[in-house]
Formats: sequence, structure tokens, C-alpha cells
Amino acid sequence: MATDLSDLVTRADVCAVAVADCFRGDGEILANPIGTIPMIGGRLARATWEPDLVMTDGEAALIANDEAVPAVADRRYETYNPYRTMFDVVWSGRRHVMMGATQVDRFGNQNIAGLGGTPQQPRTQLLGFRGAPGNTINDTTSYWVPQHGPRVFVESVDIVTGVGYDRAAALGPEASRFHEIRRVVSNLGVFDFETPDHAMRIRSLHPGVTVDEVVAATGFELVIPEEVPTSRLPTSDEFRLLTEVIDPKNTRLREVPQSE
Amino acid sequence: MSETETYPAPKDKRLTEDEVVAQLRSGMTIGIGGWGSRRKPMSIVRAILRSDLTDLRLVTYGGPEVGMLCAAAKVSHLTFAFVSPDVGPAAVLEPHFRAARQSGAIGCTEVDEGMLLLGLQAAAWRVPFIPTRVGLGSDLHLVNPALKTVTSPYPGPDGGDGEELIAQPAIHLDAAICHLNVADERGNAAFCGPDLYFDDLLLQAAAQRFISTERIVASGDLVDAAGDITRLRINRLFVDGVVEAPNGAHPTSCEPEYGRDEAFQKAYLGTAKEAEAWDGFRSEWLSFPTEADYQAALAARPTGDA
Repeated sequence: MATDLSDLVTRADVCAVAVADCFRGDGEILANPIGTIPMIGGRLARATWEPDLVMTDGEAALIANDEAVPAVADRRYETYNPYRTMFDVVWSGRRHVMMGATQVDRFGNQNIAGLGGTPQQPRTQLLGFRGAPGNTINDTTSYWVPQHGPRVFVESVDIVTGVGYDRAAALGPEASRFHEIRRVVSNLGVFDFETPDHAMRIRSLHPGVTVDEVVAATGFELVIPEEVPTSRLPTSDEFRLLTEVIDPKNTRLREVPQSE
Repeated sequence: MSETETYPAPKDKRLTEDEVVAQLRSGMTIGIGGWGSRRKPMSIVRAILRSDLTDLRLVTYGGPEVGMLCAAAKVSHLTFAFVSPDVGPAAVLEPHFRAARQSGAIGCTEVDEGMLLLGLQAAAWRVPFIPTRVGLGSDLHLVNPALKTVTSPYPGPDGGDGEELIAQPAIHLDAAICHLNVADERGNAAFCGPDLYFDDLLLQAAAQRFISTERIVASGDLVDAAGDITRLRINRLFVDGVVEAPNGAHPTSCEPEYGRDEAFQKAYLGTAKEAEAWDGFRSEWLSFPTEADYQAALAARPTGDA
């Protein structure tokens, strides 16, 4: 390439690659990233170094397409996967879901149900528990936060929908043996729980993001390694797949806009 | 024996929406089929909206029917994992449901999506509960205080004591209502879209079982009408009444017959900010004396107008 790749790569591309890296090593499981960039990142992982991942069309089928959201007529179906079957997969442990989080705390507890008030009468009703309890107690889970801020990354979530490490530890080794919160990917960086007490740690920050910026945007004390890595850029091949095959309409830039 | 002995005719289970509603009672626990804003039995919901029924306890993978019934003050309790109009790249929230929850107008039992499946399955199988790992460690007990755990009578994975699991109780329904693509007059029915969702379990978990359908065909024509025998997933053992309701899931989707009426749903979702807006919408669209009048009014809309 004549142009330096780093001049072309957007924050959204870095996020997509960071999502893809969450699925590294997963092998033949159902990679179920929910959201625009999560789906793009999951497709990228499968199109490159995790070819055995199984992925949905967002509805009731598992499809082979590399495109993030192929038209119905273009879908290459692998198998039928209605909701009933999805629960079979979830409860079998053969899934890694990436969910959103209205709130997430230092141990990876997630809230998508309600804010403020009381559990029975929240000030702000959100989606509900959806499948979060079942996902987190049965399978590897990661989270995607497109707008990193102190109201999302909170000291303590208002109600626990997705189970974090402190809750899992309290259950004991048997009940928590299938629990893993692998990563949190945000528009600012990548976070993991690979610390002695599973408190959230900066794994890498996206190019141009400072530690101070992330600390200010986080409502609890992050574990900060001595050397904070910079999130990697896509390889030239990954960049080509992102821009030409997986997301040629650049929908990822709508979820994480490129600031000038 | 008489030479002219007459045999009983097979049951003809065809009903109108209003005849279904006449069999329902205030205070009943009613399961509603479909998922989000997909294949909801809206023609029967509209009949409930124009009825005197009140104090209903709903169990559903919720969509606009929940919001409409809450806004019309028909609901006292809701068992739910989500209520979503299903639009947009990110999940949009259901404003009428939110208003009812936030004001305390309805009581709620919250469940994980899979727990709802298990609760219906337990009721369908006539067992008191099904054990599951789902719910352990979460705050579900705060919004589902009746939820209990059970200790496995079998050795744990390490050979020691049995595991403690959530005992998801059976969710018994007084009535279930679902919308299917095609049915016969005896209550056999098929789904022709992407997913049956949990319509079969809702019907199996209910004392009174009603379906609406896009069209009724002769029993012998069901396979051809559905395209394949594997789509014939609802059978008459679990259906007491069938309502022929073309476009009956409107404004929710009923693939492949029709998609969601996004403009109509958007207009509905926009009525939560002021009571007058909802009252106006209700009187314009949800107060017709019959479903046929509703469908005629829909058909008479200028193209592109909600």
C-alpha cells in the first residue's frame, strides 16, 4: 500500500479488531456478539484466524457469510437456530456472547434492567434481565460499551443482571465453574479481569487515548498496569476485510464516529 | 343398534375475537405468544382493549401488546424478561410499559428469557419446577422474590454434595393466545416464519387455549399451505378456539405474509408522552367495534400514512 495504514484506520476499526480478539482461541463455539461493531468484530475473527466460529444472522439461523448483515437472499445458511435451540446452546456452554451494558462495575457485574428507585419500581425502566443471568452463569461473556463514561462504568451497578466475578466467587467453585467475563471493549480501550481479585484492568487503550482520559471516564478505580499497551491496529488484510467485505457501508462509523 | 345411528361431528373450534374474550375473565393470568414485536395475536388483544376485562396478569416475551394493555389500564401484573418494540440497531424501549412500571401501576415478576421457557415447560409437563443454573448470582431474587433454590439429590461434579440450583417454578396460565400463519378449524396450526418462538409451550401451559391465524384451510391442505410438515407445530390437543384473522398480527410482523408496520408502530410509540396523545390514538385505532372495521380503516389509509 502506498498510504500508511495507520492514517486510514479509524477508532471504529480498532474497536472491531479489539472485539475480534475477544474471540481468539474460542474454536468451534457460537460467537454471539450483539451490536453493530460487535457483529463486525465477530465476523472478522471468523474470516481470519477463528474459522470454526459459528455465528447468527441476528434472527433464527446460523450463517456462513462474512458480511456483517447480509441481505436475506444472500445468506448462506449453515443451520436453523430458533430461540429454543439458542437456549440449548447457551445451557450447553458452547457460546461466547458479547452483550451491551447500561452499567458495568469493577468486577464485571452488568445492569440492563433498571436505574434508580427500587428494584420493583425503578426510576428508569430499561430492557429487563433478558438472557443476562443465563448467559453469564453458563458461558463466557464479554461486554461492548460504545460510549465509555462514568455513568456506565460505575462503582456498583443498581441491579445485577449479568453476574460479575465477586458474585460468582460468592457462589463457590461448583456453581461458578462455567463463569468467565473475558473482556470489556469500549470506544476508549480494552479491559479485562486478569488480576488477583478479578478487578477490572486496563488491557490496552486505543491509539490517542490517555490513561487520564479513561480514569476520568470511569466511576471506579481501574487497575492500571505499569506499561499500558496501545490497542493494535488491524493488519492490512484485516483492514481490507473490514472495509471491503464485512462492513463496506461503514456502519461501524455510525456507532463509533471518527473525531477529527 | 339403529341403522341410522348418528355420530358426533368433529369439533369446529372457529370463534370470533369477541367470542374468545367472552371466555376470559378479569384477574386471569394470560400468556401471549410471539416475541417482541413479532407475530403477536393483536386482533385478540384489540378485542381485549375494547372489552371490560381488567386486572390481567400477563406472561409474555413482550412487545407492543404489553404497552397497549398497560396504557389502557388492563394490566395488574406482568411476568417478563423484556418488553421491546424490536426496532433499530440498538434495542428501543417500550414507553407505555416503562411508564406503567415506573409509576408502580403494575406489579412485575422478572425472569431470564430462558427461565420463562422453563416455567412454561414445567407447567406443560405438570411438574412443580425445573432446576437450572440460570439466575444464580444475579439480582433476580429482588424482582422475583418467590424464586427458590433446590439442592440436587445427586453427588456434585466433584463427588461431594449436590449442587444448589434455581428451582424455576411452573408458570401456569389461565389462558394463552397466539397468532399462527395457517390453521384448520379443528385447531391444528403452522408457523411459516423464522421462529415458532414459545407459542407451543404457552398453549400447553394454559387451561384455555386460543389461536388466531392468517387463514383457515381444510385439514388435508395444511401441509401444502405451510410448505412442509415440520412447520405443523401446533396441534388441536392444545387448542380450544381458532379465530381467522387476516393481518391479525398488525402492527407486529407475521413473516412471510407481512413485516412489521414500522410507521404505525412509530406512531404508537410516540403516544406515551402525553395522555391526550394516547387517548387520541386509542380512540382513532383501538376503539373500532370489530376487527373488520380496524382492518378496513388500515386499508383506507393513504399510502405511507400511519
